[in-house]
Amino acid sequence: MKFGILVNEGPYTHQASDTAFKFAQAAIAQGHEVTRVFFYHDGVNNASRLTVPPVDDRHVVNRWAELGEKHGVDLVVCIAAAQRRGLLDDNEAKRQGRDANNIHPAFRISGLGQLVESGIQNDRLVTFGD
Amino acid sequence: MSDDMDMDEGGTIKKFMFVNRKAPYGTVYALEALEVVLISAAFEQDVSMAFVDDGVYQLMKGINTEATELKNFSKTYRALDGYDIEKLYVDQESLAARGLTEDDLLVDVTVMSSAELAAMMADQDVVISH
Repeated sequence: MKFGILVNEGPYTHQASDTAFKFAQAAIAQGHEVTRVFFYHDGVNNASRLTVPPVDDRHVVNRWAELGEKHGVDLVVCIAAAQRRGLLDDNEAKRQGRDANNIHPAFRISGLGQLVESGIQNDRLVTFGD
Repeated sequence: MSDDMDMDEGGTIKKFMFVNRKAPYGTVYALEALEVVLISAAFEQDVSMAFVDDGVYQLMKGINTEATELKNFSKTYRALDGYDIEKLYVDQESLAARGLTEDDLLVDVTVMSSAELAAMMADQDVVISH
């Protein structure tokens, strides 16, 4: 089965991203395909490459990045939600005249159409959040 | 669109229901949910919206956000029919619990019981809930 995932909450404050990650991992382990994870609302904070958790804790951002790279999962961050929360990739930082970028290279920014498309193209779209 | 999501979506029409459960202000969910709904209109899907719990407040007339300096997006709900999003379902029990009636709402809606709404939800291909 093809799954799309929607993550609506940020890391560490909320368990949504952890549960979504575990779901994705379990689905892939059982032979399903996770085609895309879309990060929306505060979920965009899961893509910050500057995240530095304590060493004895899980690294939510790197864990997503590794899953994406290993299994070809498309990690998409909503551009509008990201920008209003101060998350920019290199291109957007330049375009907006900002002196830094903070989106992990394993993620890409794009529009909400990617979420709708994920609902159309996958057998299931599973939401994690409040 | 990424390479691994190049499945043919021509002709695929799914039933999308956007479920709004939260008050319009206080958190960003309602505003950002509305952004997804508007984008979904471009994909020519069978889109509906449901308003339950505090989500019914999103459609309330006479909201004034001046003192809070939050952007008032009440008018966006009025614009939905311009996007051919005309299926707006409101949960009767949620209205009643909050002392509201259909007359308190800014747009034409279909009010239904929780049981009817549940049946409607069960009939969807994709349910995105905020």
